[in-house]
Amino acid sequence: MFDYNFHWRPVMKNLPDLLEASLLTLQVSVLAMILGIIIGLCLALTRLHLKGPLYWFASAWVELARNTPALFQLFFFGFGLGAFGLHLSPYFIVLMGLTFNCAGYLAENFRGGFQAVPETQLRASRSLGMTAWQAYTRVVIPQVFRIVYHPITNQMVWAVLMSSLGMLVGFRELSGETQFFASRTFRIFEYFAVTAVIYYVIVKIILGASRLLAARLFRY
Amino acid sequence: MEPTVSFFSGFNVNDLWFLGEAALRTLWISMLSISIGTVLGVVCGWILYEGKLAATLTLAPFLDIFRSVPLIIQLVLFYNFAPIVGLNLDPFASGVVILSIYTAALVANVARGGIEAVGAPMRRAARSLGMTYWQDLRYVVFPIGGRAVFPAWVGVALGVMKDSALVSVLGYVELLKASQILITRTQEPFLILSIAGAFYFALSYPISRYSASLERRWAQ
Amino acid sequence: MIEIRDLHKYFGALHVLKGIDLDVQNGEVLSVIGASGSGKSTLLYCINGLEPIQQGSVIVDDTDVHAKGTDINKLRTKLGMVFQQWNSFPHLTALENVALAPKIVKGKSKAEARDIAAKQLIHVGLGEKLDVYPSALSGGQQQRLAIARALAMEPEYMLFDEATSALDPELVGEVLDTMRLLAEEGMTMICVTHEMGFARDVSDRVAFFHQGVMEEIGPPGQIFGDAQSEHTRKFLANVR
Repeated sequence: MFDYNFHWRPVMKNLPDLLEASLLTLQVSVLAMILGIIIGLCLALTRLHLKGPLYWFASAWVELARNTPALFQLFFFGFGLGAFGLHLSPYFIVLMGLTFNCAGYLAENFRGGFQAVPETQLRASRSLGMTAWQAYTRVVIPQVFRIVYHPITNQMVWAVLMSSLGMLVGFRELSGETQFFASRTFRIFEYFAVTAVIYYVIVKIILGASRLLAARLFRY
Repeated sequence: MEPTVSFFSGFNVNDLWFLGEAALRTLWISMLSISIGTVLGVVCGWILYEGKLAATLTLAPFLDIFRSVPLIIQLVLFYNFAPIVGLNLDPFASGVVILSIYTAALVANVARGGIEAVGAPMRRAARSLGMTYWQDLRYVVFPIGGRAVFPAWVGVALGVMKDSALVSVLGYVELLKASQILITRTQEPFLILSIAGAFYFALSYPISRYSASLERRWAQ
Repeated sequence: MIEIRDLHKYFGALHVLKGIDLDVQNGEVLSVIGASGSGKSTLLYCINGLEPIQQGSVIVDDTDVHAKGTDINKLRTKLGMVFQQWNSFPHLTALENVALAPKIVKGKSKAEARDIAAKQLIHVGLGEKLDVYPSALSGGQQQRLAIARALAMEPEYMLFDEATSALDPELVGEVLDTMRLLAEEGMTMICVTHEMGFARDVSDRVAFFHQGVMEEIGPPGQIFGDAQSEHTRKFLANVR
């Protein structure tokens, strides 16, 4: 026991590369979240207000995203689409997989948020002469945003953690880069330990920033 | 090569058996990990609720790590760490250990929420009837709090079932790994991924729907 | 002036307003009383176009509320409405609650809108609460906030839909006082209410609704002292 010698020096030498890769992790996660919020909002509104094919499309998206493994979704955008001659770069595989997943989960959060704002708020706004658009953007959506703020924060954390699956489809974000160096030097444990710490710090930064922002945004 | 002929050529009935066996392995490792993790998690949740300083200072941050580092990194780390301390664990055992702790970290929060959901007045009422602390826990807190957080627990359990796909990185041939192997051989990514996806979906979707309907019924 | 002619309203198969004819003159205070489900709240929703109608017409100052070409949002700025549930916007302070519509509907500048809002909040007695969020206000204060919010649009008519029904008894008085103040200032008001004291003391006329029909209308003295309809007498005997 413990006749293993830890070698941290190679990891420390590659630390700048790992940190740079973690910027890529952040980039793809943030991008997926932005797209996911926009699409998720559309999916939620579709499921709340429309019937017919659009409703079924939105429902299929949401249920597939929530009821299959994220890795499966990534594989699907990876070699599943290959069956149709569509070969995406690893970056786009991860971006599309994360977006698909986040949009599905966020759609459900948005739907709950819309349902939690009483119908009477819309009525009161309309009685003041606001258009439907004004009533939604100035009165309803700000309240929905407050309700879904914490779920969005959690989803952002999930997006970062999920992006680590990129290493299984050849994407050199933080995990992929770690695997690359680890397999070259065989210091697998050391490399992944440092990477785990980096992930931990990223998650804590996101949560901290979210808390600071919430304190500024929500005074009520 | 004729595309119409090649479409199903590589995939045969034996492969379906291969996938079926892999699906059973997914089920087995999930059920085992969820069971162990739930028991561990409930105990952890109770300890956190009781809030003895030492426990909170050590246990809470420890569990937090498992929620802040990607599962795939946890798996790789543990699998490579075990031999260092003289444990020779196969991929399955390593997977069960990490998935169980991961489950426990998530369940701990759920369980603590459940205990908090049982208000102090109700517990005082129970104690005033002469119940001991343990009787109160067994006959009041467990059934009432359990019901309050049952849907959340189902969410965690289904999440772990889907995340069990990640054990494939250690070489354990569960459903998604089996699909990958078959895809490499048969070059039928779309068909095989659809079968794998359908399996996860068929397991997850009815359970999550049932849990949501229970939640609605109990909310009334 | 509000002119209602042969107004019919259905919710599906349910016939909730069965041919209402009613004129409300400028400066008049009309109270509408009647049992729950008699259609009196629906009447208010039809007047400012929050509910579509199936037959008849509602004319506000020569504008047909339910005609196709009517700019309903512009018309609604004339018709202030206060609801049973006060519906304050929880994400805005009292001042922002009141200033929002003048700003985005009437296009007032930010400073102008805030001035109007402050003035109306002082008007209803909430001058101390300008920067408070609704969650920190009592039900009665939130209802006065709702009145100020409607007044900020400088409406010519005010529609009150059971404005005090959802309030705790001890908070009813402050809201009624505010409504009384508006009446004294000459505001044209239609008040759907269960407060018989208010109806008797403040209104110029009282209308009694029964099962979708306006059974009786007249000065408070007539309705409360010498009702012609059997239904009116029965209703009044029960609420006292």
